[in-house]
Amino acid sequence: MELKRLTISSLHNRIARGEVKAADVCRAALDRIERLSELNAFITVRADAAMARADEIDHAAERGDKLPPLAGAVIAIKDNMVMRGVRTTAGSRILFNYKPPYTATAVDRLETAGAIIVGKTNLDEFAMGSSTENSAYGPVRNPWDTTRVPGGSSGGSAVAVASGMAMGALGSDTGGSIRQPASLSGVVGLKPTYGRVSRYGLIAFGSSLDQIGPFANSVEDAARILGVIAGHDPNDSTSSNVEVDDYVKSISSDVSGLRVGVPREYYGEGLDVEVKGKVEASIMKLQEMGAEIIDISLPHTEYAIPVYYLIATAEASANLARYDGVRYGYRAEEASTLKAMYSRTRDQGFGAEVKRRIMLGTYALSAGYYDQYYGKSQKVRSLIEGDFRNAFAKCDVIVTPTAPTPAFKLGEKTADPLEMYLSDIYTITANLAGVPGLSMPCGLSSSGLPIGLQLIGKHFDEATLLRTAHNLEQALGADFTPPPVM
Amino acid sequence: MRDKYEAVIGLEIHAQLKTDSKIFCGCSTRFGDEPNSNTCPVCLGLPGALPVMNRRVIEMAARAALALNLNINHESIFSRKNYFYPDLPKGYQISQYDQPFSERGWVEIPTSERNESGHATEWQTKRFGITRLHLEEDAGKSLHEGMPDASKSYVDLNRSGVPLAEIVSEPDFRSSWEAYDYMQYLRRTLLYVGVCDGNMEEGSLRCDANVSVRVRGAEKFGTKVELKNLNSFKFLQKALEYEIDRQIAAVEAGEKIPQETRLWNERESKTYAMRSKEEAHDYRYFPEPDLPPLITAEELIQKLRAELPELPEARRRRFVEEYELSFEDAAQLTDSRGMADYFEEVVRPSGNAKAAANWILNELTRELKSAGIDIAHSPLSALQLAEMIKLIDSGGISGKMAKDVLIRMYQSGRPAEEVVREIGGSQVSDEASIRAFVDQAIQSNPRQLEQYRGGKTGLFGFFVGQVMKLSGGRANPQVVNEVLKNALEG
Ligand SMILES: [Zn+2]
Repeated sequence: MELKRLTISSLHNRIARGEVKAADVCRAALDRIERLSELNAFITVRADAAMARADEIDHAAERGDKLPPLAGAVIAIKDNMVMRGVRTTAGSRILFNYKPPYTATAVDRLETAGAIIVGKTNLDEFAMGSSTENSAYGPVRNPWDTTRVPGGSSGGSAVAVASGMAMGALGSDTGGSIRQPASLSGVVGLKPTYGRVSRYGLIAFGSSLDQIGPFANSVEDAARILGVIAGHDPNDSTSSNVEVDDYVKSISSDVSGLRVGVPREYYGEGLDVEVKGKVEASIMKLQEMGAEIIDISLPHTEYAIPVYYLIATAEASANLARYDGVRYGYRAEEASTLKAMYSRTRDQGFGAEVKRRIMLGTYALSAGYYDQYYGKSQKVRSLIEGDFRNAFAKCDVIVTPTAPTPAFKLGEKTADPLEMYLSDIYTITANLAGVPGLSMPCGLSSSGLPIGLQLIGKHFDEATLLRTAHNLEQALGADFTPPPVM
Repeated sequence: MRDKYEAVIGLEIHAQLKTDSKIFCGCSTRFGDEPNSNTCPVCLGLPGALPVMNRRVIEMAARAALALNLNINHESIFSRKNYFYPDLPKGYQISQYDQPFSERGWVEIPTSERNESGHATEWQTKRFGITRLHLEEDAGKSLHEGMPDASKSYVDLNRSGVPLAEIVSEPDFRSSWEAYDYMQYLRRTLLYVGVCDGNMEEGSLRCDANVSVRVRGAEKFGTKVELKNLNSFKFLQKALEYEIDRQIAAVEAGEKIPQETRLWNERESKTYAMRSKEEAHDYRYFPEPDLPPLITAEELIQKLRAELPELPEARRRRFVEEYELSFEDAAQLTDSRGMADYFEEVVRPSGNAKAAANWILNELTRELKSAGIDIAHSPLSALQLAEMIKLIDSGGISGKMAKDVLIRMYQSGRPAEEVVREIGGSQVSDEASIRAFVDQAIQSNPRQLEQYRGGKTGLFGFFVGQVMKLSGGRANPQVVNEVLKNALEG
């Protein structure tokens, strides 16, 4: 059984009809995880718990019970979402032994919907990174070329889906952490509107930017997962009351008359020629299908990276203060004073990139610098929001490349953080504006690496994103299965 | 030498709002439970947990703000106050900084210096400004004493997330007693509006002070020192007094006062430096991204304003005017809302405010105090006390006898008449003795006698009263009636 050949909806029906056993699907996933362990996609695999859950679903099917929408779907969870009793590390040494007493709302909703949570995936420590090389549990490798990174920070989730270890996965996206690895790994990844999915139980990085979203092998499966996890949660005051659309239904409409905006700022210097070519070819496809292509401008795009790195790190500097060795997680034992315990615990527990960002964020909030950095960033952030408001007066959806290049080599950018930060240049603005963004594969480079295209939509208009993506996916008709990993 | 200087004092008061559950989670706020039993992922600051505002807190805070004449901001925002401490599980406290819950309030209250024996020298009404009242969550508590391993520190997070109102005054106090009187008034007001239990021992009400001294008449403030650990009214006043003296002495000796935080040590009656300005925290406040702005609806404010009880100072003034009470009596009677309510419940049926005040402030207070009972639960009801006062006023019993009657009523809960009848054993019923009282009453009131005999028979009651008074309330009323009637007619 190959998970890459299954869709969540077909699986649901086949399990209900007794043609397929959830246990077989789950076993296939576990085998695949074990066989491809060198990709290092998982930090924790829940083999026994997943099999037990699969058996439950099979029993329910045998009894003739009505099966929930994700019945039997094997799903992987980025290891920065808590699950009761399951070790949750956030890719950090500082949480090497942490077992949370409660489950994140999004994960809970998946389980209630019949999903089998197969394990917790590897990530950049506290979701800080664009290559999944910043994990205390080792880097994740790209199944298309194991000398390359899968993107990050949700690299483990992207790889799990790309290489058939899971049918879907959850990631979190603060500046591109779902879309960029989806692009580099050749899968669909969706960052919903800020507030669309509850953040309760997501280990915070940049609280005003973080959003949980799905990875899947098809747009339809992504729509199905989003439909389950979206919606208001009384435990998250920033989650929205806006009604959740029927995403699966919405994808079946065509795109004729759809106004597609193409922002010139996203096609300039630094964009790989092959990436540009594939994205432009896709835009042509949309036009052929009846969409109207419109030139637009998002003039404040050039400020997105500095603004993002000030806001995200400022919030992170506070969010990561709780890892102090007092109550849970790693504690440096040799310290004799409280202050020494704090500083040694945090020095030994955090990796270099996390420390860099905590220091940057602390500095941005310091007395005398606040207005200049954090305050000003907030002002520019509203300008960027304004850019999107203006753009969406003219168009329904925006098309850009997801990342400037296909997957890069491991170690290629680790020495230069600024170079690394640039790989999120096209994805960050959606987080700053709070609008939804989706990445889907739109072709392969000449060296056989997947290229991603990004669709950006209006607030809470995931339906239009998914519809556009589904239409394009059908039109491209390509198979994005990575070659067998040696 | 002290006259040459003046102190400048501002107070920061933390009042626990007495909601049943915490400010950002559903955990109980009960005091004294097993350590860490009232906790959840939110108040433990576990990874991934998020705060959710408890709407009840807004109502309580609004009541306090309105009682202190503060302007409530329609939209206020929460901020993170960042610092490391073992009892602070998130490494930041959710508080308010820019755009607090309410701003620009004041109180106008009587205040006085005290003489050597602690008595007020001269009450004056002064107005003190209140900068702001904002909301925040409480931290946990570090435990040291009575723990199994003395080499370890323990933390109890039951208090983590209990709602606090921080009430910051303007630097308007010029003496320790002004600060003391303000603090007393603030506590009383919070109790009146039912938002804080005011228990300083349990930490429901905590106080920090900022103190500086300057040469009287100078415009510039001196360097301000922050005083902490002032957790009783006595400590507050003593610590301020000590600190003012210490600063004046330092200035006189030509020393520079460093900006620092000092801790009051009660055992030694001294303040000690805790940390200097250089070591002071940079709290790096920034808006809390996990909580939307807090909206306080105008309708809610209007509703709460309409429901606000009469506040202690207004009530004290009314008691002086309406009931012609002394300043001290009115102040004592309005010290708690329960006492003031009780007083008015006695005055209404008895019509005798003076007597009501005396009985409540003396006999009743003494009994309640020795039994440790709050006046709201007094075994002697206000109506019973009113009936007793009426009996006295009608001459039914003497004041002297009434003391005994009150105690018996208090103990038995039975009505005044019944108690008086019961102690009738000590009543004087023989005609000869009573005739002596009657004769005396008639002789000392010739004018009334003349009027009575001229037809004003309503004065009969007056003579009964006189006889009862002369007999110390012990004369048998029936015998008095008979003998008096004969004597007056004769
Ligand atoms: Zn709690």
